[in-house]
Formats: sequence, C-alpha cells, structure tokens
Amino acid sequence: MQPDRHDIELSVNGLQYRRTVEARMLLSDFLRHELMLAGTHVGCEHGVCGACTILLDGAPVRSCLMFAVQANGHELSTVEGLTGASDELNPLQQAMHEHHGLQCGYCTPGILMTMTAFLKENPDPSELELREALSGNLCRCTGYQNIVDAMLKAAEMMRAPAP
Amino acid sequence: MKPAPFKYIAASSLVEALSLKAEYGEEAHFLAGGQSLIPAMNFRLARPAVLIDINGLTELASIDCSNAQAIRLGALTRYRAMERDPGFPRACALFADALPHIAHPQIRNRGTIGGNLCHADPASELPAVAVAMQARMRVKSLSGERELAADDFFVAPLRTDLKAEEMLVEIVLPTAGARSGASFMEVARRRGDFALAGVAAIVSLDEERRCSGIRLAFCGVGETPVDASHSASSLVGQRCTDRTIAAAAADVRRAIAPSGNIHASAGYQRHVAEILTRRAIAMACNRIAHAA
Amino acid sequence: MTTRFFGAPVKRNEDRKLLTGQALFIDDVELPNMLHAAFLRSNVAHARIRHIDVSAALKRPGVVAVYTAGDLGAYWQPGPLLVPPPPIPGIVFHVRTQVPLARDKVRYAGEPLAVIVAESRYIAEDALDDIVVDLETLPAVVDLEAAVAGRAAIVHDDLGSNLASHVRQAKGDYRRAAANADLVLKRRFRYEHGISSPIETRGIVAQWNARGQQMTIWDTTQAPVFVRNGLAAILGLSERQVRVIAPFIGGGFGPKIMIFYPEEVTLPWISMRLNRSVKWIEDRLEHFVATTHERGQIHDAEIALAGDGRILGVKDVFLHDNGAYNPYGLTVPINSQCTMLGPYVIPAYDSTFTSVFTTLPIVTPYRGAGRQHGVFVIERLLDLAAHELGIDPVEIRRRNLIPPDAFPFDNEIIYQDFAPLKYDSGNYEPVLDKALAAVGYEKFVNEEQPKLRAEGRCVGIAVACYVEGTGVGPYEGAKVQVQSNGRVSLVTGIGTQGQGHFTSFAQIVADQLGVDVTEVDVVTGDTDQFYWGAGTFASRGAVVAGNAISEASQVVRKKALKLAGEVFECSEDDLVIADGKVSITGIPGKFIRLSELAQRANPMRGAVRPGTEPGLESTQYFGPPSGTTANGVHAMVVEVDPETFELQILKYVVVHDCGTVINPMILAGQIHGGVAQGIGNAFYEKLAFDDQGQLLNASLADYLLPTALEIPRMELGHTATPSPLNPLGIKGAGEAGAIPVGALFAQAIENALDLARKRIELLEIPLSPSRLYELLSKDGT
Repeated sequence: MQPDRHDIELSVNGLQYRRTVEARMLLSDFLRHELMLAGTHVGCEHGVCGACTILLDGAPVRSCLMFAVQANGHELSTVEGLTGASDELNPLQQAMHEHHGLQCGYCTPGILMTMTAFLKENPDPSELELREALSGNLCRCTGYQNIVDAMLKAAEMMRAPAP
Repeated sequence: MKPAPFKYIAASSLVEALSLKAEYGEEAHFLAGGQSLIPAMNFRLARPAVLIDINGLTELASIDCSNAQAIRLGALTRYRAMERDPGFPRACALFADALPHIAHPQIRNRGTIGGNLCHADPASELPAVAVAMQARMRVKSLSGERELAADDFFVAPLRTDLKAEEMLVEIVLPTAGARSGASFMEVARRRGDFALAGVAAIVSLDEERRCSGIRLAFCGVGETPVDASHSASSLVGQRCTDRTIAAAAADVRRAIAPSGNIHASAGYQRHVAEILTRRAIAMACNRIAHAA
Repeated sequence: MTTRFFGAPVKRNEDRKLLTGQALFIDDVELPNMLHAAFLRSNVAHARIRHIDVSAALKRPGVVAVYTAGDLGAYWQPGPLLVPPPPIPGIVFHVRTQVPLARDKVRYAGEPLAVIVAESRYIAEDALDDIVVDLETLPAVVDLEAAVAGRAAIVHDDLGSNLASHVRQAKGDYRRAAANADLVLKRRFRYEHGISSPIETRGIVAQWNARGQQMTIWDTTQAPVFVRNGLAAILGLSERQVRVIAPFIGGGFGPKIMIFYPEEVTLPWISMRLNRSVKWIEDRLEHFVATTHERGQIHDAEIALAGDGRILGVKDVFLHDNGAYNPYGLTVPINSQCTMLGPYVIPAYDSTFTSVFTTLPIVTPYRGAGRQHGVFVIERLLDLAAHELGIDPVEIRRRNLIPPDAFPFDNEIIYQDFAPLKYDSGNYEPVLDKALAAVGYEKFVNEEQPKLRAEGRCVGIAVACYVEGTGVGPYEGAKVQVQSNGRVSLVTGIGTQGQGHFTSFAQIVADQLGVDVTEVDVVTGDTDQFYWGAGTFASRGAVVAGNAISEASQVVRKKALKLAGEVFECSEDDLVIADGKVSITGIPGKFIRLSELAQRANPMRGAVRPGTEPGLESTQYFGPPSGTTANGVHAMVVEVDPETFELQILKYVVVHDCGTVINPMILAGQIHGGVAQGIGNAFYEKLAFDDQGQLLNASLADYLLPTALEIPRMELGHTATPSPLNPLGIKGAGEAGAIPVGALFAQAIENALDLARKRIELLEIPLSPSRLYELLSKDGT
C-alpha cells in the first residue's frame, strides 16, 4: 500500500506549521522528529505513562494516542512554549527547580503540561486533588513528593497578587 | 510500537461516514476519541485498513437533559463534556460516580461515550452503567436506523451487535422515578485502572419506603456487563436495611461467575462484588433519603 | 577552606535544560540519513531455530537490510562475563552469556532473532511481519524447583542441567547453635523483585565514519567506558577509535548498567556494514522482555534463637532465578546472601544458594540488587520469632543490633566486591530510636491502635532495619581544570541518570576552588572526554567519584595557590581562595582571578621549568579498599480495609545513615524514589509469567507502577557515622529507599489484620488485595 499522505496545518506554541504527513504518524513522533520539538517525550505509546502529554486547544492529551493528521487546524502547546519570550522559567518550572521536583527529567515535560492546565482551572487545590491530577503521569525517580510540593508552591505563587 | 499503515479519511458529514463504512465494511474503523483504538493499533492488535475520522461530526456530540423521562447523549460526547456539563452529573448519579474512575483526565479529554461502549471492554464502567439504566442504543447505517437495548448491544468481550456498516449515534438513558437513588462503585488496583469488579445500582422505593425495584449491573466479572438485577430481587417489597441488603448481596454473589485475571482471583472478584453490592445499594438508598 | 556548598541543599545545575525540554536524550539524537532498526523477537520461550526466511522482508520498500546470526559471521560471539564469581571455596559456576542474535536456539520469549534496518521505525516494524521463522518449540523452563531437580528441559544443552551456580558460605557452627537454641523457626519464603521500568526505555545510535575510521555511539548506558572498551575490542578497533556518549538518561536503576545487550552489540556492526548511522529505540513492549529483570528467589530459611530473642544462628538454602543467561555473574544472589545478615550479630551463618537457568529474560541487578530478598527473610524470621517468644518486634531487633563499639565489624562472608563483608562504621540504635520517635511507635501501639481497632479499623505498624553495602570499587577518576574564562570544568567517567551528579559533584569542586557551584561545568558519560572508570551502580557514585573529584580539586587548588604565591612572591599560607579569586589574606584588594592564573599557567611563548604541567588541571583516581556500609530503618503505619483488603499508607518514615552528605536535597530525592519503587515492589508490581514463559502483562496498563495516589508523603531523618574508608566519609544512598519495603509491608499488614492471632503468616512478596483474600480464605476466615 502506498503511504497515505495528508497536508496539515497547525499551530504549536503560537507558531504556524504546514507539513505533509503519513496518516499513521503519531502526533508524538510528528512533534519530535518533524518539528524537532523533542521536549515532549515518549514512554509507552499506549497512553499510560503520560510522558507525551501536551495541550490540545488548552486541554491535556496524550500525544501518543493521536495521529498528526488529527491535529490539523488545532492549537498545540508543548513544554518548549512554557518559557515564553523572556526565556525565564515560568512559575511551575521555577517551583520544580526549587523543590527538586525532577531527577532524570524524562517525565517532567508531561507533568508540566498536565499541571499547567490543571492549575489554571484549579488555582487552589488541596494536596489530594493535586495528587489525583498528577496520577495520570508516572514518575519512577522522585516518589512524587517533591513534585507535589513544587506544584502546591507554584499554585500559591500564582495566586499571590502581582507586586 | 508504531501502527500498521492505513488509509485515513476525515468524514465531513454523517452520510459520508456511513457511506464509507458501508463501502469498506469490516476493513474500516471509526476513529472517535481513539483512546482505546489507538493503543490497540500501536500494539498492532488492531490493524484497520481504513480509519474514518468522525471527530468533525460535532452534531453527534450532545447532552440533552431537558426531557424528564430520558437523558439523550450523542455518541461523540467526550467524557470531559459530560463531567463539565452544568446539568448532566446532577441528573445522572451513575455517570457522575463512574466518570472519575475512567482512566485519567488526559484520556477523558479525548475519549467519547460512543467509543467506550463500542469498544465493549468487559472491565469498562460505562457498559455496566448502560445496562443498569436499561439504556437504548440508537444505531444508524446508510440503509436506516435501529434501536437496541443495552443488554442486547454487548455480545462478547470487545464485541457489540453492531453490523459492519453501522454506527452508534445516540444513547438514550431512561431516568428512574422520583423515589430512586443510584450509585456506582468499583474496586481497582489504582485509580483509573480497569475495575476488578464494579457495580451500578439503582434502587426505587414505594410510598412506604419499601423497595419497588432494583437494577444491578456489574463490570469486570463477566464477558460482557452482567445484569444481576434479578438476583437481588429478594429486596423487592422489603425495607432496605443492613440485613435485607446483605441478604440480597449474598444472593448476587452466588449468581455471578467471574473467571479471575492476573490482578484478582475469581474468589476475590466474587467477594468484592458482594461487598460493592452492599455498599452501592446502601449508598443508593441513602441518596433517596436525602433527596426526599 | 570553607565548605559553602558541601552539605548544602544546593539546587541543581542540570534543571534548566530538563525543565525546558532542551536536554538531549537518546531519541533526540538525529543524524543525516539515519536508518532505524527493529528487532524480531522470539514469541516462544524455548525453541530450536530451524530456519529464518527474511526474503520477503528484504523486498519491502524502505527496508535497507535484514540480518540474522549467520550474517554476523565471526562477529557473532557470546558476550563477556561481566562479573566473575567471587573467590569462594567450593563454588560451582557455569557461565553462559547472551548472544547478539539467537542462533540454533532461543532461550527466552523476547530474545532477538533478526534485525531489520529501514528508512523509518514504522517501516521496520511493518517488515517484522514479513520474516518467516520456523521454530521447533521446546518445553519452557519456568518453575525453579522443577528446573533444578531435573524435571524440566535443559536451557543450555551442553551443561546437562540447569544449574548455573552453587555457592555455600558459612561461618560459625550453625548445627551447634540450633542444638543449643530455645527456639528454632523454619519457613519457606518467596520474594520477587520486579523490573526497573524507567520512564525512558533503552536506545542506541551508532554512527560509523568510514573516512575517519571513527565509531560514535550514543547509548543509554550507566557504564560508557566499559561499553567503549568492549565494543572496540569486538569491532576490531582501537579504543581511541570508539567514542561512547551517554546522553541524559531517563532513569537507570541498574538494568542500564548491564552491558553488551544484543542490541548494543548489533547496532555498531550494522553501522559499519552499511556505512550509515542507525538508531534503535526500545519500545515499551520490548522493554518488558529485552531489558534485564531482577525477579525472584525461594528461600528455605531457619533461625535459632535464645529465649531472650538473641540470634544464635541462621541457616538458609535458596534458589535464585537467573534467567536464560548469566553475564552478571553472582552479584544478585551474593547480595541476598550477605545482606541477610543485616545490622545484627549473627554468630553462626550457613547460607547456600543455587542459581538456576530458566527460559526467562536475563536477571541482573535492579536497585537493591538482591538485598531486598535477604532483608525480607531475616526481618520476617525476626517477626515470627518475636511472636513465638512473646517479645515486641522492635525489641527483638534492638537486642540483636551490632553494638557501636564493634566496628569495623567483620561478617566473614564474601561480598560482591570479592572481599569479606566488613561493616566499616555504624551506630544502629540511634537510627532505630529516631525512627520509632518519628513514627510515634509507643503512642501508636499503646493508645492509637487500640482506639482505632475498637472502632473497627484495621491499622497496623511495622519497623524494618537493614544494612546496605555501598561505595564499592574498583575506582573512579576525575579531571578538574580551571579554564581560561574562569569557569571550572569537571570531567568524570561515571555516568548520570538523574542522581544530580551535575550538581553534587560540582559542589565538591566549588568548595575547593572557591567558585560558585553554577560556575562548574560537569561533563560525564563521554569517553572522548574521560575514559576510565566503571560506571554508576551499587550506590557508589558519590563515594567513589566524589572522592576522586575531591582529590583532583585539591590538587588544582594547590597548583593555583602555588602559582599565585609566585605571582605575589609570598607563601601559599598567606593566600585565600574565594569568589573565583586568590588573594592575600587580609588584603582583598591584592588578588588575581583564577581565569588569569589559568592563562598564566599555559603560556604561549617562553620556557617553563622542567616538570611543569600546563594549566590548572589535575586528574586523580580513587579506589576504596573495600565497600562502605550505610544503614537505615523504615517505619510505616497502614490501614487495611478488612473487606476489600485495599491498603492505604498513613505514615512512612525513613531514618538513614549514609555518612557525610554532599547534598541533602538530592539525598532526600533518592530516598523518596527508592521507597516508591519499594512500594511498587511490595504491593503493586508483579510480573505474570505463564507456564510457557510468556509474560502476560507486558504493558503499563497491567504492570502496575505506583502513581502519586499510591505513594505517601515520607518523613526523613538522618544520622551520620562517616566512613573511615574514604577522605570525605561518604557512604552511598542510591538504593536505600528500596530495600526493606517488602518486609515492612508484610509486617504492617500482619499487624493491621492481626494475622498472628489467626496464625496466618505473610511469607511472600509481592502482596495484593486479592492475594491477601486468598491467603485469608484458605483458613476459612
């Protein structure tokens, strides 16, 4: 069978991209190897580990459970877009750094994207609510405690009135 | 784990989707949320030659709670939409209870009720909820439309009664009467995992607060959702007390025949099914008391 | 010299790259015209290979090559024995190592049969189905007892049996101890450790440059130096022609220090053969069988005690599941054998193990490396003895602890570093007391538990002790250099998989050279930069590399001070080094920057005195005389639902002694992570092999890694008895969190469900709600 190729147009971190992709190319592979945005990591390709989590129109999804063609016309956000123009670590990233919320760092981008969406909708979560939101991202290094502390702190920082 | 090659077609209308399905038959799968289909494809357990993407058929995504007799859900409605709908969780306790048990938010942002029901995983929560509620499945093809009872929809593990050219388009959920309460509970190893056993219970009371009807359906303990309503019939005509509920739960335990799996022995599944029956019926009754 | 950074919770240098998605992991390596490999793996556990027909695969568009064992020619050879057996008298040891691609026989489901090289991984996987394999299936060998008793097929035909190794170590006279004992308890224990399952799987990129005759290999390995040396040898190249780069690695935990995996050996050969770069990324399905496991042991153990709970002796006979090949020698079962002694005085010890070949994936160390198994047995024996003798389980442990004046304590049993196991230093009772205080042991047992029990709640408490041999040799090295821009470079051979080496190592350098920790650039895992050292394993990084780094930093410091002394024409004793400058004590205005000193030390012209080394640079090595010993106590309070047997951890305490601590924040992270893996091992993770050697749960949906909802908040405490075996006094902590958790769970659940009264004993790990139900219903409860 000849590869089934499709033209797609999508925005990632505010930038527009036009590409031609094979139908079966996973969105995770497209981001990493076509757009060279390798910050989104692949851990399982069956939707369990959460390492590949990105935001699709603002909502966290598993990029390994979507085909690139399905992203046509959508707005994606990945870890590379978190620092913004200033290149400063954003509050979540800064909090992870201060609380040692990462060790090998492989699951970290997926967690940052999940938490970005979660904290936006839940600016004042309890620890239990935060752990529930985090339970869809597996980490094998940290035991989660420092991630929880980092995210609670980030939430607190973001709630504080701007100076 | 990359999927095998396929031809991808994004359907722009329901008619187009149904025509394509009629044309390709078993060789084609509908792609809705993809949260069950795509993992299967990545494992190469599923290798459809054609994927008909129906995510553009937004008319199939709808939640209608306006009718007191029945809630109507479009098959393409995402779990996320059901969770966030202002009226739906309140109108349907079984879904409100069951939805947080389905995987994780990232999955629920994409997955649809239609996709879940058509995937027909025996351990999946919503098929059991559908059976408990005696849902009706509206199914369409190019040649027409039919409606089937949830009981008849689930045929075997991962198999429904859908014919090769058919698409599930709507789920009709009859509501229980005024003096009714419902509860869904499950035991799983981790939150979001498939249930080792799960039960959807609906209890109705008469004016004297005696049980006038009970609906009970399990996930995880059979090849399809197990309708155990009849086994709990000892409750009908009785007040719901710890004793009567326990007796009904013991009857239910004897009536089901789980086969066990790598996470739970058959004995454990039966044991937990009884416990969940007891707890869910009690919770359902409790909710009637508070609603009254 | 002030220690500004050493011992401080310095934040990590490596974080920014990782937080912004800029760190290079193996699958991020993109090379021009790179090809992609996929391995065809056996789907049966044991078979003779009759024929492999790759002709259809070769015809598929996009497929560049397909290779089987025959194509490798003389290159095909079994891998080296990585760890020879320790010098134990009477040892029986048969080595059989893995091969690049199976030839003649397949010995585990997942063993590679052929490799496809194609334009994309997608196409390579398509082509896997094109290969026709004709296998004559043989009976699988899965049951350890049947395997060694001659009731199963033979995994390695030429051996005539499945016995891989037989080792007996003993000290004292157990028979006499048992004869004189007031109590002898004997039980059978089963302990299974699962798989490491890091979030990043393995991967290799090989790039052969035919013109330059240079091979570059990116590899998710914890031992880049030995990979380089070994691959150079088998590729017929000089070591300097091969460069191995270990990029950022998404979790190691042990199986990434197994080396000469089939894929690791095959990819470079392919690259040379095709003169193109080629990449292989292990997918998650492969990882379940292609990366090594640790798995299980069956112990028939007995303990002889005096009436007051003092241990008179322990005897243990155990079977160890080796898997199909044993390239890692006896590390795992030796660790089990030695670590069973724990922090206790055990005058007589008689331990025998038989390591058994099975038709299952290879077993090599995974965080804890066999210590879990030994600790489970001794801790359970003590718990059971405590019940029999009517002694509190904590008290029985206290009575047997090695006293603080008995160090160094010689256990006489030979350990994984080939020397008798000597505990270098330790003070165990304060660790126990601290843990008991933190968990509120007395209050719980006397007040809270009875109260909650009266309410019908099943809550239980457990305390477990362990000792962990760490910081083993042979050695590591480090090169420290002050660069001409004033930044300090540190290069070492030891790799990193998330332990914070970029920071903890920098702390050591920063203190010695008076620079900020952010001004130290750490390079690890690149054999072109540093090509000596064994790798990251056995909780040795901080100990061994840390000391080498300290030595090298001190030499550079001396060089800087000497040169500054010459510049200022004063004694080195009058100089102080801080903030990137060397200045005269008391006259801060009179200073010279390190950058300038570095430049002066490398003149472009003129003459230098004989014996001068250029620059401010030093390479030093450190090899400890033997391993150090860390120790700890874990305590836990759980609640078990008496109906469903679901479990919730209410409190988790770790008190740990790893000697001097470089970075307490990084140390805490290591303990958190270890405990999390321990909890997974104890109650969630179970490899479900059927009797055909098929893994039934090769997916993360069914192999249950704990999430943020299963892992509790942990409370950590520390004591420190520095190690006398290295100048910094460091001991090592990478595995500590994972070791006693199984024992803790068994004790806590028994306590919560009051199983002792029902005469039900938990003698196995992993446990689960379903397993608890089955164990309890056997007794008709």
